[in-house]
Amino acid sequence: QLDRGCALHTAARGGLSSVSSQDVPTERPRAVFHTSESDPAKHTEQHEGRLYNIPLEEVKAVFPHGLPYRFQQQIQTFNEARVMVRKPALELLACLKGSNFAHPAVRYVLYGERGTGKTMTLCHVVHYCSKQGWLVLHIPDAHLWVKNCKELLQSSYKKDRLDQPLQASVWLKNFKSSNERFLQEIKTQKKYLWGKQESTEEGRPLGEVVEQGLARVRSASDAVGVVLRELRQQSHRGSFRLLVAVDGVNALWGRTSLRKEDKSPVSPEELTLVHNLRKMLRNDWSGGAIVTTLSQTGSLFKPSSAYTPQELLGKEGFDALDPFVPIPVPNYSPREFESCYGYYLERKWLQHEKAHTEDGKAELQFLSGSNPRQLDRLAGPL
Amino acid sequence: TLRLICTTAAVQRKNAGASGPEKYTEAFIKKQIEEFNLGKRHLANMMGEDPETFTQEDIDRAIAYLFPSGLFDKQARPLMKHPTEVFPEQRKIQWGEDGRPFHFLFYTGKQSYYSLMHETYEKLLNVQKHQDQLKAEDQLKAEDLPLQKEKRNLAGSRWLTKIELEEMLVEKVSDDDYSRFIRLLQKLAALPCADIEEKYIQKFSKEVPAQLQRVVIEPLQYDERGVAFSTGEGKRKTASATAVVYDNGTGKITVNGIDILHYFPVLQDREQLLFPFQFLGRIGKHDMVCTVSGGGRSAQAGAIRLASAKALRSFVTEKEVEFMRQAGLLTVDPRVKERKKPGQEGPRRKFTWKKR
Repeated sequence: QLDRGCALHTAARGGLSSVSSQDVPTERPRAVFHTSESDPAKHTEQHEGRLYNIPLEEVKAVFPHGLPYRFQQQIQTFNEARVMVRKPALELLACLKGSNFAHPAVRYVLYGERGTGKTMTLCHVVHYCSKQGWLVLHIPDAHLWVKNCKELLQSSYKKDRLDQPLQASVWLKNFKSSNERFLQEIKTQKKYLWGKQESTEEGRPLGEVVEQGLARVRSASDAVGVVLRELRQQSHRGSFRLLVAVDGVNALWGRTSLRKEDKSPVSPEELTLVHNLRKMLRNDWSGGAIVTTLSQTGSLFKPSSAYTPQELLGKEGFDALDPFVPIPVPNYSPREFESCYGYYLERKWLQHEKAHTEDGKAELQFLSGSNPRQLDRLAGPL
Repeated sequence: TLRLICTTAAVQRKNAGASGPEKYTEAFIKKQIEEFNLGKRHLANMMGEDPETFTQEDIDRAIAYLFPSGLFDKQARPLMKHPTEVFPEQRKIQWGEDGRPFHFLFYTGKQSYYSLMHETYEKLLNVQKHQDQLKAEDQLKAEDLPLQKEKRNLAGSRWLTKIELEEMLVEKVSDDDYSRFIRLLQKLAALPCADIEEKYIQKFSKEVPAQLQRVVIEPLQYDERGVAFSTGEGKRKTASATAVVYDNGTGKITVNGIDILHYFPVLQDREQLLFPFQFLGRIGKHDMVCTVSGGGRSAQAGAIRLASAKALRSFVTEKEVEFMRQAGLLTVDPRVKERKKPGQEGPRRKFTWKKR
């Protein structure tokens, strides 16, 4: 069946594929499932179903905190990062390429069942944008901000809001490492007071605000708010493009599992981070795009079979995000399944003798239901 | 000695009639019969039926209606039958008023057994005489008879069991005696001219009908689009499932309207569903739509597996059906939850044993 697969893929080859995939397919079948096109900007339908490589240095630079845990483990095992090019990602990239940046930012919501690859699609888009030189505001998982927080401080800025210093400082660190050069270029437009003595003057580079937030953990959440507001106000000027990528956006409008000291539940508006992020997601600014994913796995108090935007966002969230472009992310198509299976085979990840046979492949497809996460988990012990 | 290989419920019943002298006198039995008939007429009047045409089935139905019982053992429920069925056959007193026994073999102790042996041996001698006569006339006739015998043997007949023989003779028969009798019968039946005594031999042989039943494989049905499909049903431990397997499919399976990936999140259940298709090598070829109810997660998976295997029989050659049967895909799993016993905490677990 490998030969048949070769024939299919070689027929769909485009001119952009590089030299390695033009080699004799039967001798190097690995090339069929891969493209060495590592610039997402050049990915088109011909590359659909194939895996492309991201050099490890870029991974560290672009994704300090975005990739799913299992994928990070896979990177460590295989010593390379291979991401599959799939149709939803291609659609999104086409929309982004064609969008007009003078208009208010368009919101895209990636939704789908559990384990179909929404986070990976988001990472693909983030990689594309960072390659293009956009400023990427990547929040890895909004659910981390609404649950399991050990420290809640009362905000000094507004009395009834609550700060989360730990999460804010972690995020600031990652943001700094991924967008170093922008932080020097962008200047603040207002004077900000941090407590009684420290302040940041007008016209200072944003990097200072971030440093301030990291140094003074107490005011980290406020620093985050300042960063977001500055970026929002300056993006329409056109000196840079802003991409807001939020994973698990339904966390911002659901319930939290945090409680105040008097055991009353905290609603999301009372958290500074969430409040600022919600302001960010309103489409009143221009010069960029907002890409979000819904995620059921981390969500609180939602049934496990819910996966549509309506169910997961709730009425409030749906209204807030209202004019958005929904993009469904389905399970693997047969071609994508074959390329994923071929990749595992080629990296000798499937050690079981039966896994190499046609029957084994059919079995894997049946048992995993072509769901990427299930396939990954199935292939693990084999 | 003969060893019983096939056992049925009839075989395992003990015969109480042949043991010991009379427990019920003749007068007693006559009275019971009169009472039974009177009672039958009363019952018919009670139920509003005609007393003249009141059959045993009607009696059974009436009793089940008037005395409903939830007991599992059918023989423990209220019963109204003719006394000859209820009271086992007893031997009447074998000697007359002067103390002289009726039968000439009475003093052997096993009169019916020895009289039976005598009869059978007489038949044997008859047959041998007949054979000699035929040989004296013509040698050729002896060959066409073995064919008829094979027909009879192949029909799946078995000799009477020891217990059935005891019932017939109304006296105890020991193992040795029984085996002697069977050997004699076999010798008689093996002779080429045994057809003369066919009727006598048939008294002592029974048919085993269970072997003659064959499971009928249903043919494929075709629905409106022209796609072939077949249905199957399966049960496992309180869960029952029906499966409809369509041809020319992609391997998609829907359970109660939900995809299997969502209905059975556990891998083990999906493997159970996969097994019939994988065994036949038809994983991506059939679509399936099933409905299942009752039981738990595992039971539902097992029920669907059985139902799909039964449905797949119509698509597959007979040899493969035999393979499936041997693989255990077509057998109903008889394991059910065992009942809790009094004095124990569960079906097997006993209470904690305390030394004092």
